[in-house]
Amino acid sequence: MTTDVNVRVPVREQDAAERAHNFEEVCYGYNEEEAVCESTRCLNCQNAQCVKGCPVAIDIPAFIAQVKAQDFEQAYQIISKSSSLPAVCGRVCPQETQCEGKCIRGFKGDPVSIGKLERFVADWARDHGIKPVGAASKNGKKVAVIGSGPAGLTCAGDLARLGYEVTIFEALHEPGGVLVYGIPEFRLPKEDVVLKEIENVKSLGVKIETNVVIGKTVSIDELMQDEGFDAVFIGSGAGLPKFMNIPGEQAGGVFSANEYLTRSNLMKAFKEDADTPIYRGKKVAVVGGGNVAMDAARTALRLGAEVHIVYRRSEEELPARVEEVHHAKQEGIIFDLLTNPVEILADESGWVSGMKCIRMELGEPDESGRRRPVEVPGSEFVMEVDAVIMSLGTSPNPLISSTTEGLDVNKWKCIIADEENGATTKEGVYAGGDAVTGAATVILAMGAGKAAARGIDEYLSNK
Amino acid sequence: MYKILKKRVLNETICLMDVEAPRCAAHCQPGQFVIVRTDEGAERIPLTVCDYDRDAGVVTIVFQIVGAGTLRMMHMEEGEYFHDFVGPLGQPSELTLETAEALKSKKILFVAGGLGTAPVYPQVKYLHELGVDADVIVGAKTKDILIMEDEMKAVAGNLYITTDDGSYGRSGMVTKVIEDLYAEGRKYDLCVAIGPMIMMKFVCKLTKTLDLPTIVSMNPIMVDGTGMCGACRLIVGDEVKFACVDGPEFDGFLVDFDQAMKRQNLYKTEEGRKYLLEQEKETHHGGCGQCN
Repeated sequence: MTTDVNVRVPVREQDAAERAHNFEEVCYGYNEEEAVCESTRCLNCQNAQCVKGCPVAIDIPAFIAQVKAQDFEQAYQIISKSSSLPAVCGRVCPQETQCEGKCIRGFKGDPVSIGKLERFVADWARDHGIKPVGAASKNGKKVAVIGSGPAGLTCAGDLARLGYEVTIFEALHEPGGVLVYGIPEFRLPKEDVVLKEIENVKSLGVKIETNVVIGKTVSIDELMQDEGFDAVFIGSGAGLPKFMNIPGEQAGGVFSANEYLTRSNLMKAFKEDADTPIYRGKKVAVVGGGNVAMDAARTALRLGAEVHIVYRRSEEELPARVEEVHHAKQEGIIFDLLTNPVEILADESGWVSGMKCIRMELGEPDESGRRRPVEVPGSEFVMEVDAVIMSLGTSPNPLISSTTEGLDVNKWKCIIADEENGATTKEGVYAGGDAVTGAATVILAMGAGKAAARGIDEYLSNK
Repeated sequence: MYKILKKRVLNETICLMDVEAPRCAAHCQPGQFVIVRTDEGAERIPLTVCDYDRDAGVVTIVFQIVGAGTLRMMHMEEGEYFHDFVGPLGQPSELTLETAEALKSKKILFVAGGLGTAPVYPQVKYLHELGVDADVIVGAKTKDILIMEDEMKAVAGNLYITTDDGSYGRSGMVTKVIEDLYAEGRKYDLCVAIGPMIMMKFVCKLTKTLDLPTIVSMNPIMVDGTGMCGACRLIVGDEVKFACVDGPEFDGFLVDFDQAMKRQNLYKTEEGRKYLLEQEKETHHGGCGQCN
């Protein structure tokens, strides 16, 4: 074990060359010895900055102190007071910009590996059958939660712990939202991690009803008037995938990242025996530079393709997490930066045969503060590809906003909700996560779910 | 879990089922669809709502074997359960937004081809219950595969059946019947055409010359059916639309059928490949309702 207090205990990972061909988890996480060793690097700050960096405000020094004391069960209960999904967060949170980004250790050396410690504690609890502690008694009030992604599960978990009777309504056939349909198995195992976290939320008394599309199968007003729900939380997620609107985008072999990932993750198309097919390309272009683009690229790679990330800005502006970019490169994803598609070419049957691109260069900064990419005249070239995955973000799904009287949306069609307590313009209805902010991260959605749980509790306590 | 209350085999490849799905039955409207999964791990199969009984909490679906999933459905029996049944999805038929008075003032013609008879039925029934009798043309390749004749007869004004081979009713394509009706002096204010894409394309080509506004129902490949994946995108009036949330019904004069058929055929081979491998051991050759 390392003795240099400025260096974090390294985490073991599956070899890049090997993992490029399988869907097993990339990162193995810490074992007990490694976790305890890393925990000793925590300074147990009085005024802990890491907690301020955590959207769900986990008492980080307290749980790490329990890891140090080797009382992992106690460490788990401390985390689970603040987070319903620690095994998920330990894997997919951008810790480098949150808790770890604020760690005092980071000034001189590596910040404490808070994310890996959280993951260790959560996995240990799962392996030892430890469940979160629920409410002592019910308060008799009913709350409906729409969507079983990170925002919904967090809100539901927190409310259940406060004694509310919570039912989650999920549109798809499986609960989990983006944790199930979006994030691939190799980053977030479904059976061993996501399903177990959902079981933990259920163990708090939360009911989950799948196959219910709110706004279609039943409306919010009906839930409140006919089914006796005292409040509703909307955590319905991001919505409709965007396309570039360039010629040829209707060709066969052009997918949204949502479609590609849903086929692979939710419908299990990466397995040979799955009913739902997925196209295993030979050479695949993934357009976009976010975390979803990295997930789609690394999925296509594992399905046997040569994969290119096509992104119009430079590496510095890639919105994806550094760790994801690093992993993608290690695995052999090719980055075609400062490149933008202008047309998709198809063969006579209508299937993608190539993508015409243009080189870009960075000009003056735009309103986002990033340097605006400008086309280099005459630099068009054709990339030969047999599949294109568009990963350009999403626009809000109007299903709920268009069927709920009194629920206002902003000019981007996102639901308007108070950041502090999730309150929308409709009494008793709260919202949070991507449905409010547009596509963001799992942990921000969890933070919003948590804030809304507080808001709902306050509302119903005073009612 | 969603119980199959009734199963009726309509012909060799088409089957009708009543499914217990109270939440869906309470809200579904003509024109909408549901998504069905037979069991854990199965694909999501979109099917148009054929009928519903709100009081009994029952939704009727009609499906045709086009792949491994629908083949498995065909093998399911009364008393068994679908693993998943979600809906209603998509927008209701525009007819449901109009008043009975407005509808009574219109002459409406429905054109149904093959499996398209099933989604046409609830719309004709809906009008019938409002006291509006609409004319219906039902087309099938041959007499043996004609479906729902009696049901349709009970709710339609005039029912014109035609078979491609002349084995029953009139002879020829549905477009020929439309031409004949107009030649006989009939005129309509609105046409609703549902069937194979190729049929809808040619109906629209004809009705455009007749100045007869035409609604069509599109059934492209879907995965989630709630707007999330974009697999069902179509070009309608130069705009990209998602059949699952914007449709499935669109103004037929604005739909780019050639593009849609190209996409459908490309995916057909992919989606149906397992069934085809098992059943036909060679390239797909018709029977899916999309090919000729």
